[in-house]
Amino acid sequence: MAKIKCECGHINPEGTVLCEACGKPVEENQHIDGNDKQKLLNMRYDGSARRSQTYNKSIIDKLWNFFSSVKVGVWLIVLALIASGIGTIFPQEQYIPANAVSRDPSIYYEDQYGIFGLIYYQLGFHNLYSSWWYLLLIALIGISLVVCSIDRFVPLYKALKRQKPRRHTQFLKRQRLFSQTDDVTDDDKAKLKSNLKKKRYKVYEENGHLLAEKGRFSRWGPYVNHIGLIIVLIAALLRMTPLMYMEEYVWVREGEQTVIPGTDSEYYLENKEFVLETYDKDDERYQEALEMQGDVVKNYQTNVAIYKDSGEQVAGAKPELDKVTEDEIRLNHPLEVDGFTLFQSGYQNNEFKNMTFKIHETDDNDEKSLGSFTIDLSSPKDKYELDNGFTVAVNQYYPDYELDEGEPRSKTNYPRKPAFVFSVHTPDGEEPEMSFVGVGNNVDPTGENDYKLGIEDFDMRYASGLSVKRDYTLPFFIIGAAIFMIGVIQGMYWQHRRVWIHPEGEGVMVAGHTNKNWFGLKKDIEQVIEDTDVEMVTDQQELK
Amino acid sequence: MDSMANISGTALYIAFVLYFIATIFFGATVKQKKQDTSKSVSGAIGITITMIGFLVQIVYFVTRWIASGHAPVSNLFEFMTFFGMGLVFAFIILYFIYKLNILGLFALPIAMIVIAYASVFPTEISPLSASLQSHWLYIHVTTVSLSYGILSISFVAGLIYLIRQIDQTRRSKRTTWLEVVLVSLFVFVGFSIISLVFNVSGYSAEFEYSFNGETVTTDYHLPPIVGPNEGNLLTGDRMNPFFEAPGWMQGVEASRKFNTIIWSTLTGLLLYGVVRLILRKRIGAAIQPLLKKVKPDLLDEVSYRAVAIGFPLFTLGGLIFASIWAHYAWDRFWGWDPKEVWALVTWFFYAAFLHLRLSRGWHGERSAWLAVGGFAIILFNLIAVNLVLAGLHSYA
Repeated sequence: MAKIKCECGHINPEGTVLCEACGKPVEENQHIDGNDKQKLLNMRYDGSARRSQTYNKSIIDKLWNFFSSVKVGVWLIVLALIASGIGTIFPQEQYIPANAVSRDPSIYYEDQYGIFGLIYYQLGFHNLYSSWWYLLLIALIGISLVVCSIDRFVPLYKALKRQKPRRHTQFLKRQRLFSQTDDVTDDDKAKLKSNLKKKRYKVYEENGHLLAEKGRFSRWGPYVNHIGLIIVLIAALLRMTPLMYMEEYVWVREGEQTVIPGTDSEYYLENKEFVLETYDKDDERYQEALEMQGDVVKNYQTNVAIYKDSGEQVAGAKPELDKVTEDEIRLNHPLEVDGFTLFQSGYQNNEFKNMTFKIHETDDNDEKSLGSFTIDLSSPKDKYELDNGFTVAVNQYYPDYELDEGEPRSKTNYPRKPAFVFSVHTPDGEEPEMSFVGVGNNVDPTGENDYKLGIEDFDMRYASGLSVKRDYTLPFFIIGAAIFMIGVIQGMYWQHRRVWIHPEGEGVMVAGHTNKNWFGLKKDIEQVIEDTDVEMVTDQQELK
Repeated sequence: MDSMANISGTALYIAFVLYFIATIFFGATVKQKKQDTSKSVSGAIGITITMIGFLVQIVYFVTRWIASGHAPVSNLFEFMTFFGMGLVFAFIILYFIYKLNILGLFALPIAMIVIAYASVFPTEISPLSASLQSHWLYIHVTTVSLSYGILSISFVAGLIYLIRQIDQTRRSKRTTWLEVVLVSLFVFVGFSIISLVFNVSGYSAEFEYSFNGETVTTDYHLPPIVGPNEGNLLTGDRMNPFFEAPGWMQGVEASRKFNTIIWSTLTGLLLYGVVRLILRKRIGAAIQPLLKKVKPDLLDEVSYRAVAIGFPLFTLGGLIFASIWAHYAWDRFWGWDPKEVWALVTWFFYAAFLHLRLSRGWHGERSAWLAVGGFAIILFNLIAVNLVLAGLHSYA
């Protein structure tokens, strides 16, 4: 490598723009930061030698240079920004509303949004955020983050470590803030030093040359926050593996017990009670709003018991269940058990728990009950014997009744629309009568029945929707986010300010540089030169 | 309870008036001859009144909290009002860093426009729906609003910069775009005025139309320039719409919102037209001479600094706190809901802004245009995402 020796004696690495020690511009490298065309020096990375600006021969060099460009980084960010926005024009596939005419994306988008919807769907924008090109875009941003950071951090770190208080006059004159005073007493010079110290600058001295520095650590902020972002991206990558992330969903009816999916049948869950609370209509605070909005749900929760199977897990063997905990799973308050988390997610109230039927005489207009019986819909019996001597046999049971081309059948196994075919045996031993009874149905197939069955009462049953997650990546996300916040605060809420005092003849040159908040630095310098004959620095880059 | 709600409403009104008075005092600093505006008496009075106004708005916030039993940031009226409050607070912070009076002359009217806009939406106290029942509601919404407030100051400084710097001697693309930005502020004012006028007169026209295969009704509070697609006017004695909303507008009550946008735009343009007629020049050109005293450099720095302060806060409130809450409430910390995506878009935008500041050519005017763009994205996320795009956040 061709090292560059400066006239101050410091040996700089190849590609250096400003000498690390004294800041003197290295003649042949001024084009790199565009200093050749400007009066002021570009101080972005203190003129340190960056790999990307030095080598451009091999493929690796070219790739490195591509990703280390902030311009490329910004373009990637802008592309990701535009793509993200496009994904919100129409709902993503998972947000197609449940009451849509069809939830099939090939139908929904065209049906709902016409030609634009069709194009949207055909371009795959209905799953934009998991499309290969969106993920690629994010990955490229990740690579850009790493390469940009390494390309700049190392040389910048070295340059700031090797800087000397004594700077070349060319360096000072070409700073944004600069002044030269011809006559300054030693007293005033000493005052400058003590004032800088009073302003809590760290002052380094070399033969009367001063370097006053403050907040250098804020220069590392961007690199710290980029590390945080990379950890977040890695966490997102890990989350795609089943080892690190598991997600299941389970419906449990009130009173039911079920195995918790995703736990290898190790854990069981019992829904002891589902609670749904709505706001009180008489609450005067909300009266006005409730009149307009109708019922507003205040809370819903499932009171559960969690069990663990302690026995050997043999297929078909009855599990030996030990209670782990009994708790509530409430919206906004998930329950954590042994590394997995249960969230209250949804609920349904469309299933019947039990139904009570009564028998009355067909031609009795008052429908006076001769006797009644209750069917537990989760396990109906074959036969119900009534107190008055009647017996009702259940010939057919359709939990979720529908007519399919004239044939009665059950759509699902859940009692959402139960219907029965009963045969009623009277106490006097006559020929039994057939009856078809269900929700909204009451048919006498022969038209000659003496007795009729009617629904007297019923109870509904809530089903609680719980999502089950086990996510080992969460700590990574938390650490990544925390590091990002530390870095971004470090970089944004502090500034790296430097003031150079350079004795020149009988007087001094004063120059100042900061990476942001020039207003603050100017105020600092104003206060430092107060009551001295030193002239205030001029801002050589002021916008007109 | 009722009395608390009354105190709250009155306090908001007083705060609004105080901001107005403070604006006048900041306006008075423009005419002062002195170069150094930081020692102006009028500016000192202005900032004092602003702070009193801010305290009164806190009274609004606290009393409404007591009256409703939850932090008043749960619907569009409440969080837009809170956003206005965040804007004023951010202005106060930046005022004390930079002592820039002109900032008040622009920041306070914009805060007032926001509050006026908010108060047109239903203001009655409503119960908190189940998924909002969490202390993360206040942590998340307050930090986001404050960060939005600070980022908006970046817009305010950028806008002043543009008015000050753009060559107004002849018409150009830049003068036109600047007028577009100013017109859109008029449209917000137009929305507030036109809604207020028809609210007071109690106008209502009901339509029936088909939505997702169901027959639904919608109640227009502004005369229908545009009616629902294949809709029927139910209320007699009301004008018939001039035309129907196109079929592809399928959002909830899309036609009514579209109608409101048309009315607001027309009113805004009318207002703008009147002002133009009085001034007889572009509004930018009319304001420009008042700003000659302000250093463009300082405006550029305030605009950048506001982003530097606001960006970390936005990340914290808008992405991190938001994710934590989403984890508890919706069992996932990130789900590509439109509001989440637009928070990410906002974040990307300001990240790009900060990176561009590293290059020389992006200071000054370009940076100011970017600050305007950032504000547009913030407003889009605050308003349009709730009203236009369907999603989990559409509770307003």
